[in-house]
Amino acid sequence: MTAYQIIFYLLAAFILSTAVLSVTSRKIFRSAIWLLFSLTGIAGLYFLLQVEFIAAVQIIVYVGGIVVLVIFSIFLTQQAGRKMPNPPMIRTVASLLSVLFGFVLTWVLISQHNFHTAANEFNWTVSKIGLQMTGIGKGGYALPFEVISMLLLAAMVGCIVIAIKVPSAVSSSKSSPGTNPDQ
Amino acid sequence: MNEIPLSHLLFVSTALFFIGIFGLFTRRNMITMLMSIELILNSVNINFIVFNKYLYPEKMDGIFFTIFIIAIAAAEAAVAIAIIINLYRSHQSIDVEDAEEMRY
Amino acid sequence: MENNYSYIALIPLLPLAGFLLAGLFGKKYFRRSSGLIATAFLLIATLLSIYAAYYYFFKIGRVDGVYPVVTAFKYTWLRFSENLSIDMGLILDPISVMMMVVITFVSLMVHVFSLWYMKGEERYSTYFSFLGLFTFSMLGLVISTNIFQLYMFWELVGISSYLLIGFYYDRPSAVAAAKKAFIVTRFADLAFLIGILILGFQGETLDFATLIQRLSDTASPQFIRITGASFFGISLFTWALSLVFIGGAGKSAMLPLHIWLPDAMEGPTPVSALIHAATMVVAGVYLVARLFPLYHINHVSQQLVLYVGTASALFAAVIACTQTDIKRILAYSTMSQIGFMMMALGVSGYSEYHGLGYAASLFHLFTHAFFKSLLFLAAGVIIHNIHSNEMRNMGSLRRFLPVTHAVFLIACLAISGVPPFAGFFSKEEILLAAYNSNKIVFGIALFTSGLTAFYMFRLYFSIFWNQPMEFHSKHGEMAASIKVPLLLLAMTTVFGGFIPFGHYISADGARLDTHFHLVFSIAPVVFALAGILMATLLYKNKNGRPDRLASAFAGFYQAAWKKFYFDELYLFITKKIVFPLVGKPAAWIDRHVIDGLMNGIATATGKTSSLIKGLQSGKVQNYTLYFLAGIVTLSVIFIYLWK
Repeated sequence: MTAYQIIFYLLAAFILSTAVLSVTSRKIFRSAIWLLFSLTGIAGLYFLLQVEFIAAVQIIVYVGGIVVLVIFSIFLTQQAGRKMPNPPMIRTVASLLSVLFGFVLTWVLISQHNFHTAANEFNWTVSKIGLQMTGIGKGGYALPFEVISMLLLAAMVGCIVIAIKVPSAVSSSKSSPGTNPDQ
Repeated sequence: MNEIPLSHLLFVSTALFFIGIFGLFTRRNMITMLMSIELILNSVNINFIVFNKYLYPEKMDGIFFTIFIIAIAAAEAAVAIAIIINLYRSHQSIDVEDAEEMRY
Repeated sequence: MENNYSYIALIPLLPLAGFLLAGLFGKKYFRRSSGLIATAFLLIATLLSIYAAYYYFFKIGRVDGVYPVVTAFKYTWLRFSENLSIDMGLILDPISVMMMVVITFVSLMVHVFSLWYMKGEERYSTYFSFLGLFTFSMLGLVISTNIFQLYMFWELVGISSYLLIGFYYDRPSAVAAAKKAFIVTRFADLAFLIGILILGFQGETLDFATLIQRLSDTASPQFIRITGASFFGISLFTWALSLVFIGGAGKSAMLPLHIWLPDAMEGPTPVSALIHAATMVVAGVYLVARLFPLYHINHVSQQLVLYVGTASALFAAVIACTQTDIKRILAYSTMSQIGFMMMALGVSGYSEYHGLGYAASLFHLFTHAFFKSLLFLAAGVIIHNIHSNEMRNMGSLRRFLPVTHAVFLIACLAISGVPPFAGFFSKEEILLAAYNSNKIVFGIALFTSGLTAFYMFRLYFSIFWNQPMEFHSKHGEMAASIKVPLLLLAMTTVFGGFIPFGHYISADGARLDTHFHLVFSIAPVVFALAGILMATLLYKNKNGRPDRLASAFAGFYQAAWKKFYFDELYLFITKKIVFPLVGKPAAWIDRHVIDGLMNGIATATGKTSSLIKGLQSGKVQNYTLYFLAGIVTLSVIFIYLWK
């Protein structure tokens, strides 16, 4: 049992347990925090697999961006302190059974498949990733890169449009005539 | 690298995937459903990296896919939050069962 | 206008134009002038048809000793196969030209009469539009080249008759009469259609000329086939012709399909003059005349024509002696005269002098049209002034309605067969043809003509002599414009008998010289005078003799007065047999099986949809569940089961 393996199994247990806690926790804020831990654990897994760049991206974007966004939204919708109701028992049981069924099916498929692991070494640095991402030759990902940037732009604009509060009309219609008697 | 068999890593990602699905089915809150979706996406990321590393170490496609998935997941989470906020304004609740107008 | 027959197409189209104009725009624009416009159109049509007759009989004249059959145009409308098609065309041949003249002339007289008679009527323009439709249909019927085209116009005539009989639709009796007429004739038309189909199938053509040529030639393959095939022991040829005759008998009110004709008197009187005296009821005679070569070759069907005609003539004459409604007497008289026409066709041969019956029948059709419509129009004047149809409300009207009296007398003399009026010549020829072939039929015909004289003069005396009555009329006798049609018709009645009809119309198209047999005509005239004498004795002055005579015949009189219970028999059959045994089960099936099936499908669809609609619950998690289930199912199928 090398250190590598021990660390891997610990990380795996951490990831899975925090994920389970995230989906079953009754308090929403705690659920977000368990998610945060789970994502950090996944970043740690990436470090172990020697894809440091991805690990960094994971921490920056997922942990530092998305989870923070989720926490903001929890506050914006004033859900922070409340306790969430339990789903009906039948739904829990049914979901559990279906998920177990799916998991067993998939696991059987995977375990029976012979994967031919390659013998080569895996050695990718950030500069190689960067060169290939902006490369336009064979195997270059310049086009998807540009498309993703368009997508992000569209997402930004979309979010603003969806979430914007229409200023005076909404506020005047929301205030009822009876609230300001001295007007 | 070869110390951990591929199937063990795949076990992790599969389990994470199905935990995410369980959360999607069971949770009534829209934000927690979003969190479950993030778990699912992450499991897919792990899959890509692992396959890239173990089966095709001379190529980088898996890494790029992962990067793109992370970017898209970010955009999608942002849009989803915007929608949740909008729904909260009209329904005063983020319970997904309160937003069932699009029914028969 | 050599070989240019397009003006002939105008003859039926002008009344059609009148129908459309008066029907579509009459209420709004032409309320009062619609009658004049329709009459004007018809006047042009009459003049054109007289010109066409003149042109046909004199300008074209005979070709090889016979009048040619000119097909003015033919247009293939519906082609079933190479050999069989329904064509639309226009044919000129002696009988069609003669019919065109009769129809347009009588229709014109009726139009002019109706200008006065229907004045003040709310639906004035509708009336003239229906008249135009009828005239168009009848004209189309007589110029058809193709038996199916004739059938189409036949049905159109039926519809026009229905519309006109039921013109006063607020009267239940009128509505019932229109329905009865239509149903009875439609029922007969079923037989007609089957006959057409048999003829068309076996003769491989529906065109008249080709059909007659193929099926009257004993050597042609179609003739051999149609006489060879048999059904229940009767050859298919006989079946076809008999069925066609049944169709004609329905329209012509022959026994036993006569029940609609007396009831059809519910329509306005000018309508009765046009339809039920002169034109529609002779459609059956026209049909048999058109197919005469076939009837002549197939003796069995010709015998059928003969017996039905003779029986109808006698039957109607007996009933007419007991009726009291003047229009119904005239209706039975029409039935009787048409019986004569059918009888004459039944005894007729084909070539030369043997074809006398054919010529006589059509001659009688010609003259009968004139004096019968004259009788109906005069009856119209009488009814308009007395406001009643019943004879007991009339009497001694000769002082108050002099012109009507005169024309009525002329027409009665004509129908009784008194020389020198038209009816004498035509009836004498019929009797001569009957004498030459079947003595028994001759005897019956002679007796019937005596009866005809009797009941017609019974009618005459009861209206114009008999009992004195108070007469207050607001209208005066009639407008000056009415005298014109009455007098014109009277003139044709007087002088029409002198036309040498056989020169123009005969079975084979060749010239037929009819001679006046002095000795022979003594018997009919004697019978006619005997009938008149008896009527004078009984009815000229009011006395008790008719009642004593009626009680002497007691049961028979009662049966005749009740029209020999035919209506009751038909009513019994329909109410007790057809309705419960056929109608009720059919209605039940329609309501429960057919509607039930449709309703069942709808209910099943509704139930299924309410079961399924729960799938669209609006809940996101349910949708996610469906995704997952679908993916798992598909993956299981494709990985494990799809080999």
